[in-house]
Amino acid sequence: MSEQVLLRRRGKVAPHLKDYIESGGLEGLRRAREMGPEAVCRLVTESGLNGRGGAAFPTGRKWDAVRSQPEPTHYVVLNSDESEPGTFKDRALIDSDPFLVMEGLLIAAYATQSERIFLYVRGEYAPQTRLLWDCAEELAAGGHLKGLGPNGSDVAVELRRGGGAYICGEETALFRSIEGYRGEPMSKPPFPTVQGLFRKPTVVNNVETVANVPDILTRGADWYKSRGTARSSGTKLYSISGHVARPDVYELPFGAKLSDLLELAGAGNGKPLEAVLLGGAAGTFVFPRDFDVELSYEGAAARGATLGSGAVIAFAEGTNLWQVAERLGRFFAHESCGQCVPCRVGTQRQYEILHELAGGAGGARERALLRSLSQVMTDASICGLGQTASTAVRSLLDAEAQGALAG
Amino acid sequence: MAGDFKISVDGREVTAHEGETILQVLRREEVETPTLCYHDNLTPAKACRACVVELKGSRALVASCERKAEAGMEIQTESERVVNARRGVFELLLSQNDTETAPNLVAQAQRIGADPEHYSGLRYERPLYDDNPLFVRDYEKCILCYRCVEACGVDAQNTFALTVSGRGFEAGIAAGWGETMPDSACVFCGNCVAVCPTGAIMDRREHQMRVQGRYDESQMQVTQTTCSYCGVGCQLELHVDQRTNEIVKVTSPETHPVTFGFLCVKGRYGYSFTEAGRE
Repeated sequence: MSEQVLLRRRGKVAPHLKDYIESGGLEGLRRAREMGPEAVCRLVTESGLNGRGGAAFPTGRKWDAVRSQPEPTHYVVLNSDESEPGTFKDRALIDSDPFLVMEGLLIAAYATQSERIFLYVRGEYAPQTRLLWDCAEELAAGGHLKGLGPNGSDVAVELRRGGGAYICGEETALFRSIEGYRGEPMSKPPFPTVQGLFRKPTVVNNVETVANVPDILTRGADWYKSRGTARSSGTKLYSISGHVARPDVYELPFGAKLSDLLELAGAGNGKPLEAVLLGGAAGTFVFPRDFDVELSYEGAAARGATLGSGAVIAFAEGTNLWQVAERLGRFFAHESCGQCVPCRVGTQRQYEILHELAGGAGGARERALLRSLSQVMTDASICGLGQTASTAVRSLLDAEAQGALAG
Repeated sequence: MAGDFKISVDGREVTAHEGETILQVLRREEVETPTLCYHDNLTPAKACRACVVELKGSRALVASCERKAEAGMEIQTESERVVNARRGVFELLLSQNDTETAPNLVAQAQRIGADPEHYSGLRYERPLYDDNPLFVRDYEKCILCYRCVEACGVDAQNTFALTVSGRGFEAGIAAGWGETMPDSACVFCGNCVAVCPTGAIMDRREHQMRVQGRYDESQMQVTQTTCSYCGVGCQLELHVDQRTNEIVKVTSPETHPVTFGFLCVKGRYGYSFTEAGRE
């Protein structure tokens, strides 16, 4: 396998600050302090680091937008609500190197001149919550939070645990959840960089995103860009599950082929694959004719797919994909917050139609209905949940219409 | 006027004032725009999505009730996506709700050509809450527009008795932690009743008359008066059944500068003294 960057301490370093520092840890934070906030934002922008939560927004630009807001109170939020079906890379990352995540966050707080970091961790991730919090306390005790905040003040770290709602991974719903309200998304604009948590400029970063940062500081933007493709820098973590011999988290530079990844994981376990669900529940089905797709933001987009959170679920030949779609439909119907009509009623109707198709019933009318419903949900829902709740279904309909679906 | 600017609506250049929402501009320009959750005196909930428009540069459609107009915006209100989305919203609601007391919803649905049979499936099934002497909650008629929650909250009453509970298709309006109205924080101002667009929360007297088949809108005479309970001067509209000369319900005009349609428990429900001594 290629060089492990994010996962290099996996299974090697017990999570204690002393060991972390001895293995080169906190060097990035030291470099950041030397450079100053503005230069750190510039460096991260130059590195080409994109958000790893699914939307792939340029991280440096997000940081700089918050840093330069006239409103003096800024926040950093770690989105560790990892709830996308088939996604478990952030859990593995926290398990293997929690200090790397925390160091990236401290750099983010410094670069954006934020006074407070909120760790928002999925409620089911109890051991990871403990790990992160222990690290935060060790870092505080070691004096590493000192002077990172605005005007040389200390940065504070707070912990919030999710209550088991997928929607709270959506950044504006996440804010509501931290604020003590029902987790319902808000409209954008205003964007979080302008009015986020408690209406203050806020950076929300995925766990994997911030874990990339310390190495960018120590090894530079050119080193970082030397991995990956022209438009997707660095390495990416993939969570592979389903019909594979070795389900796990794998790290590959952007630009690797999906087929390489499938081979690493022993996909199909000797049997050919029917399809792969790429990018999680909100992703698309990818069929064998497209297994040579380049795993990069632009490579996936060129085939009408998305990397999403890096979830890859493999389905062996003979799997009824309409049954898979039914489960996805049920997931979205269950996880819709219920705020807007297209998502609240739409995900329920979608699930009901998929239930029919999965049972072998339903014909052209049901398929046409799915398509028009998909358009309503995609266009009119408030947030990304409703807007992408039918993406996988649509890719299945397209494949079926093109005859790519077996049996 | 200072602060005015131009936006484009369906290819036509129109003037917008600083701070206006897209919907306010559309209304002034007489561009027909369906709305359900929107209410002039409440914070836009942007929940129903009936008022969505296509905004150039925005991937998804935007709720015109909430989005502020900005100089140079290019808006489409009749594009295929807008028509499909609006129709979809009404068709989805028609597939789940009892619309018997929601003539406004039904009329708008018809006007945009929504097919009530387009979707089928599970309907909203909720118990009827008849747990207090003043109003009845029939949530099979509820479209979750959030108006009652907002009126009960910071937009009018600041009582916070009503909230949304549950999620997805199971989401619904609840009093406190699912209590009865009398056990909740409710002060029975009835402002939730006043803003409900579908009759899901209805004054008990009207509800009983409807159940008994005695309610007849054409027999209602509206008499305007001023509330006599205190010095605030709330304007009241007494809805009197001419057949019995009985007050069926009390409302206040939404445009009244004192009430904006909101009343307290005395003004809205304290009228039984007018029936004292009757046989």
